[in-house]
Amino acid sequence: MSLQVSDLKVYYRTLGGDVKALDGATFSIADGEIMGLAGESGCGKSTLGNSLIRLDGRMKYVGGSVTLDGAEMPIWDKTDMIPFRFREVSVVPQYAMSAMNPTRKIGLMISELVKSRGMAYSDIKVELERRIDIVGLQVDVLKRYPIELSGGMKQRMVMVISTLLNPSLLIADEITSALDVSTQRAVAETLVSFRDHGFVKSMMVITHDVSILYQIANSILIMYAGKLAEKAPTETIIGRPLHPYTQMLVGSLPEVGVRYADKKLSGIPGSPPSLLKPPMGCRFRARCPLAFAKCVEEPPFVEVEPDHSVACWKVAGPNA
Amino acid sequence: MTAVGQVDAQSEVTAPLTAPPVKQQRETLFFALRSKKFLISVSILLVLLVIAIVGPMLDPTDPLLQNGAHVMAPPSFHDGTWFGTTIFGEDVFSQFCNGLRASFFIGFLGGGFAALLGMAIGFTAGYKGGWIDEILNMLTNVFLVIPTLAVLLVITAYLSARGVLFEAVFIGATSWPWAARAIRAQTFSLRSRDFIDLARLSGRGGWKVIVFEIAPNMSSYLFLTYILLFGGAILIAASLDFIGLGPMGAMSLGLMMFNAVTSASLVLGMWWWFVPPGIGIMALVGALYVMNVGLDEIFNPKLREL
Amino acid sequence: MLSLNRVSKVYKVGTFGGKDLVAVRDVSFDINEGEVVSLIGESGSGKTTVGKMVLKLIEITRGSIVLDGVDVAGVKGSAVKQYYRHVQGVFQDPFSSYNPIFKADRVFSLIRSEYFPEMPRTEWHDKVEAALRAVTLEPDQVLNKYPHQLSGGQLQRLLVARALLLELKILVADEIISMLDASTRIDVLNLLADLKSRGMGILFITHDLSLGNYISEKTVILRRGVVVEMGATEKVYGNPTHPYTRMLISSVPQLHKKWAQIESELAAPIAGRGGCLFHEAYPLAGRADTRTADEPTLAKIEDDHFVGCFELESEKASRVA
Repeated sequence: MSLQVSDLKVYYRTLGGDVKALDGATFSIADGEIMGLAGESGCGKSTLGNSLIRLDGRMKYVGGSVTLDGAEMPIWDKTDMIPFRFREVSVVPQYAMSAMNPTRKIGLMISELVKSRGMAYSDIKVELERRIDIVGLQVDVLKRYPIELSGGMKQRMVMVISTLLNPSLLIADEITSALDVSTQRAVAETLVSFRDHGFVKSMMVITHDVSILYQIANSILIMYAGKLAEKAPTETIIGRPLHPYTQMLVGSLPEVGVRYADKKLSGIPGSPPSLLKPPMGCRFRARCPLAFAKCVEEPPFVEVEPDHSVACWKVAGPNA
Repeated sequence: MTAVGQVDAQSEVTAPLTAPPVKQQRETLFFALRSKKFLISVSILLVLLVIAIVGPMLDPTDPLLQNGAHVMAPPSFHDGTWFGTTIFGEDVFSQFCNGLRASFFIGFLGGGFAALLGMAIGFTAGYKGGWIDEILNMLTNVFLVIPTLAVLLVITAYLSARGVLFEAVFIGATSWPWAARAIRAQTFSLRSRDFIDLARLSGRGGWKVIVFEIAPNMSSYLFLTYILLFGGAILIAASLDFIGLGPMGAMSLGLMMFNAVTSASLVLGMWWWFVPPGIGIMALVGALYVMNVGLDEIFNPKLREL
Repeated sequence: MLSLNRVSKVYKVGTFGGKDLVAVRDVSFDINEGEVVSLIGESGSGKTTVGKMVLKLIEITRGSIVLDGVDVAGVKGSAVKQYYRHVQGVFQDPFSSYNPIFKADRVFSLIRSEYFPEMPRTEWHDKVEAALRAVTLEPDQVLNKYPHQLSGGQLQRLLVARALLLELKILVADEIISMLDASTRIDVLNLLADLKSRGMGILFITHDLSLGNYISEKTVILRRGVVVEMGATEKVYGNPTHPYTRMLISSVPQLHKKWAQIESELAAPIAGRGGCLFHEAYPLAGRADTRTADEPTLAKIEDDHFVGCFELESEKASRVA
């Protein structure tokens, strides 16, 4: 089955008004697909990821629908989401390092967790140990305290815990950002192995690091200032991006091998707009070298070729 | 369960990159004016301050003047003894006002002295670290466990006269340790921030960094510490006065209570003698502490209620 | 211009400071004019410690740091202030580098009050504007603002402008772009390249190999406080010899090449010797090797390419202390 998100809008409440952090997201993730969600700070990717599992006190659900495996998820209601959380949709949070209770042995923490979901530790023990082995940890890690593990080990442990009940959708929020290069690769490959082993059906990997997504994601969704910019299979996004923002973003990344002396890369001048009072029309308009008259109207996120959607008048044509 | 549109208790979030500093000050003022704790306690303090300043001017009777003709009189408005007289005929109201003045004075001076000492030692220990920190830590610990009462008794045995100033200095010299500790801890955490390194890279060092970079960042914390020391000094002074170790030749609230108790005013039913100073001390110190809590909520965005 | 010679940092830990913790050990390299040297390492490698020692924010336990022929390792007091005229630093977190209660351009006024106290206001104003333009910032966009009103990229550039107010020879850039967005990173990086072309020497500390490769002439790979490989950037990246370097390069997520492909492109690694000072498994303390720990050696395997490996050293017989 799959995930379908339709016109999802989630704002943040502040003293000064509503910050339109996520302003209308429509996309879907198929079974077995690892979708990367990339964008710069403030683009709304974390808001999108978090809203699918838990809206915290500052977030306000404004509209839109989320359907997972055919069933609508009531993301606006914390209590009604309880049967979905951890079973159907699960998250590996951003600071997984501190996601485990430091005063509890890991095994004890897990047994409390499954008990709160109405299951006994004995039910999952065998599977838990099997998975700990698959991620490359020793089974005796269950008898240890979190402080005894390294960053990468903790990250992998949290991944095992989050996927214990085989959720349909796993949301990984910046899980490689705080890790060393060598551990990054191990954790990213572990993520893929979860999908390959069938522990999760599909994944949403949220990160600002597009090159990690190139390594592990099947498709990439680029966000900008609360809106979706482009979604396509990974090779297409990296090799033939259509949206001007994607093009400039990919063009600003130094791959190993490119040297300043040979090819000077350039960034994107300016900065993202304020989401408190976002500009009219296309939000990238102020920094876009291809902006023209039509851009004062907001471009719809449309499919321009199979599996490739873009929100840009220049690309989709003024009559999209 | 949060329905759409309802405001949750913790919905404060910093707006991205657009809040100007003026708005920050206005925000503080906004919360200050909304905080019941702050407003009520400040009003009580202001009332007491006015009484302390204006009172003795309204009623210029010498608080220590004994009027044999008018002893043990209950409060009355006719003959100007609003709070009655003591067993020696002294005017309780003028004693109260003068005592209140003395309390403010002791709080200001004693608390101030303790604050200065605490800051000097706390900042130095926190910023320098190393063996200087070890030595100052030892000093702080020694002062923490000194039995101040015993020391005071010994000192008073040698001093011929004690004034209010002496009391303030003594209180200041013995109540700084916990302030030094707290300031040291804060300084430690600020010291590792990059802007301190940047100040050092700009050629600044030592005390300049403490005064211009670290202290301003802790200004609300230092202010709160001072208020606590202020209240603490008043309380300690009242206790010292109550057991007779207070300054000689001056009137204070604690001394009033001391006299009241030793003159068996409880038995004699002269409530007007010991109730006012008791309420005075309670109100003063209580208001200070409540104001401290209120200010903490105002300064600390995480504790605010929207 | 600046050379580090057997620089080491040892911390005393444990109760009463009984045990030694070696954070950096015998690191030696040079930074010349118009050159960017990348110091690459993961967390715990000691790279930030080396940077702070160059900036004299941390005391050097052993070794020497020589700027234009003068050893600055032991200097104190006003001589340090003089040193800061020529050597400055920019750090990782732009928001932590500014005192949040003051305006951002206070960093300029600090420099003025310490180094140019008698300069007339208009002359100082012009100097500041020139420095801002050199880092492609508009004066009226960044002056008179508080740090939280500016973006990370602007704040970092402001710090570079501050360094340019002095007679800068060496800039220590410690992970200065890791907290910036991808679109602004490259601009700040290009700014460093621009400074390099104006004759400055830059110590670029990072964990990101692609960035190091993009901008630097020389690369030094640090692991647990010890240099394992160093040399000209194209040689280190083109012919990574030490097992650790090879592991790093194969783990960096590249655009256009998958991990599996990169691994297969790297030739077979050198077999490591048990107890080697530089080998993967070296714990940095209590090693069982018979060689003296005081004489670490970097073997020269080709021109401008040194590797910490005893196997190679014995083969190529070119000992570089």
